[in-house]
Amino acid sequence: MWLNPSNPQLDKKGRLHHLLTLEGLPAEILWQILDTAKTFVGTKVKKVPLLRGMSVFNVFFEPSTRTRTTFEIAAKRLSADVINLNVTVSSQSKGESLLDTVDNLSAMHADMFVVRHGESGAPHFIARHVAPDIHVINAGDGRHSHPTQGLLDMFTIRHYKKDFSNLRVAIVGDVLHSRVARSQIHAFATLGCPEIRVIGPKTLLPAHVESLGVHVYHDMRQGLKDVDVVTMLRLQNERMQGALLPSAQEFYKYYGLTQDKLAAAKPDAIVLHPGPMNRGVEIDSSVADGKQSVILPQVTFGIAIRMAVMSIMAGNK
Amino acid sequence: MKIHIKGGRLIDPKSGVDAKKDLYIAAGKIVAVGNPPNGFTANRVIDATGLVVCPGLVDLAARLREPGFEYLATLESEMEAAIAGGVTSLACPPDTDPPLDEPGLVEMLKHRAQNLNQARVYPVGALTQGLKGERLTEMAELVDAGCVAFSQADAPFADSQVFYHALQYAATFGFPVWLRPQDPALARHGVAHDGPVATRCGLQGIPVCAETVALSTMLILARETGARVHFARLSSAEGVEMVRKAKREGLPVTCDIAIHHAHLTEMDIGYFDSNCRLDPPLRSQRDRDALRAALADGTVDAACSDHTPVDEDAKQLPFAEAEPGATGLELLLPLTLKWAEESGTALSAALARITSQPARVLNVDAGHLTPGHAADICLFDAERHWRVASESLKSQGKNTPYIGLEVKGKVRYTLVDGQVVYEVK
Repeated sequence: MWLNPSNPQLDKKGRLHHLLTLEGLPAEILWQILDTAKTFVGTKVKKVPLLRGMSVFNVFFEPSTRTRTTFEIAAKRLSADVINLNVTVSSQSKGESLLDTVDNLSAMHADMFVVRHGESGAPHFIARHVAPDIHVINAGDGRHSHPTQGLLDMFTIRHYKKDFSNLRVAIVGDVLHSRVARSQIHAFATLGCPEIRVIGPKTLLPAHVESLGVHVYHDMRQGLKDVDVVTMLRLQNERMQGALLPSAQEFYKYYGLTQDKLAAAKPDAIVLHPGPMNRGVEIDSSVADGKQSVILPQVTFGIAIRMAVMSIMAGNK
Repeated sequence: MKIHIKGGRLIDPKSGVDAKKDLYIAAGKIVAVGNPPNGFTANRVIDATGLVVCPGLVDLAARLREPGFEYLATLESEMEAAIAGGVTSLACPPDTDPPLDEPGLVEMLKHRAQNLNQARVYPVGALTQGLKGERLTEMAELVDAGCVAFSQADAPFADSQVFYHALQYAATFGFPVWLRPQDPALARHGVAHDGPVATRCGLQGIPVCAETVALSTMLILARETGARVHFARLSSAEGVEMVRKAKREGLPVTCDIAIHHAHLTEMDIGYFDSNCRLDPPLRSQRDRDALRAALADGTVDAACSDHTPVDEDAKQLPFAEAEPGATGLELLLPLTLKWAEESGTALSAALARITSQPARVLNVDAGHLTPGHAADICLFDAERHWRVASESLKSQGKNTPYIGLEVKGKVRYTLVDGQVVYEVK
């Protein structure tokens, strides 16, 4: 309708200006990011000058260690100055509005904001209000999106499986609250993956999840049958008991990934997890540490993906 | 003051008149339609050539934010918005601070409104003290003070027994009860329709069953107690279908929708547009189409503005944190005309939804053009296009999903009690 510009992430030339969600990003941009990341993997050169003189602000409204650290490493390897702001414990607790925080940070001449926020859509909101030359990268917003995680998952899968066009993939667990699941689903669809499955109890699947183009399974063995890729989602502690699930034990019994359940997948299936893992809740240690697990390479590739995103944006001036 | 409204297209949905007729006003009342009474000499002649002359609009839900939320809006600003929108009678819900639960508060509000001498304000009293859902208000006293109905606004009842007794008590006196059907537990933390958009955006959904579960309880208790129940702001296809069946069964129920819901859907949220954060939430296209059809076939008695002034800071937030609501008084007419044009509804029938029919729900003498009754009149140019812009709105609430939209239908004159209270030169 008349309300929304069609894609607030792209500049006039259709290039990546913000990275807010993987939804609606053209496949060429996804491939460009994946290809660029590849050039950063395995290179002996620790530091490249692509972001020299630029300031990257890590603005985290929600605590995070791993994501923030990998963004920081990525920015530093690109020679940027990195400023980490943990906003939960500073201005927000003094009652400053999000808009004021954003205005203040803009005034400090940042070039890029890496934003994590507990509310879905907060990075879109910030992107609408920053100065036009500032890039916003979503590092996870509520249940909505975690695009760099989705991209690093795609990178990992491509690394092991080469081609998306013949893959059967399954995403297992708490899809309802997962920004990782939503990002993966959009990425899989855009990259041409023919069959995307989600597996979980009805209480942990969002309404109309099929509208995202996925097949729904409630039985894990059926859902994992002949898949090439399994993504296990983290189950937040606070969801383990209550009205959504009776107990972590029961969840593990029906939806935890064990060697036994994994046997339903293809013998060469790979297992991903965005971390941090709850061993013995959504995944058994023997699987997490097993030969089909690619969980640690995911972390390594995460740095390359974030370098790729930042360097592409910096080039789109 | 004697006024002659000349040469307009007079539409009075209640009497079924839709013809080029003049209107004559004296001493605040309509004295004749068509031909002048003997010896009538006008002090003022309003040339209504090219304009529609209809009863002043009657709006079933307009928050004036007084008392308690004067920083969001004042009676002055919102009454000005009302008459600029052609609204001459409006009902205001009790969700003020303190809520309208005491005769003194109601009298004060009525008194303040009367002094402004603009639109008529019909307060809807709180059904329970402090809207806490625990103890009944002095309903009979509140009616004496000027309340026309009772409502729990969006606040929950402590339990079904209080609810049951509230309906019984209201039914004792025949007082109407206005209920917003939404089960508070099923809607908990919800910010958008529990559909594909909420799923895609990762927003907590409000399922349709939050409306239908509440409706089914309300319908059973209405049947049981004999209370006259009006359902405020239905949002779903299933919801209107339940009311349709109840009406067919002969239950004395009525209902309205917010005019926004006749046009917008969850899709309009797009990339988290907080102007589309509304309560009830915008639902699917199927729901919207059902609401439009129900408004056309009479299942839905009236369209209201659901006017909710929200300040800019409360909207400049991520979607879920933004306050729900939109300004609406000045858009009720053009948005109703837009629905009429798109749905092929005759102008007279469309105007009935915002004049005679809401007046019937309110049970007040308004919304019609009958000699001997108050001259509350709206004159508008049905063909005039204008673009909705924050700065041109009189209301202190500047947020609406329609900013930037070109609409048709502009109020030129508003009369209350035979006085021209608004005119565009």
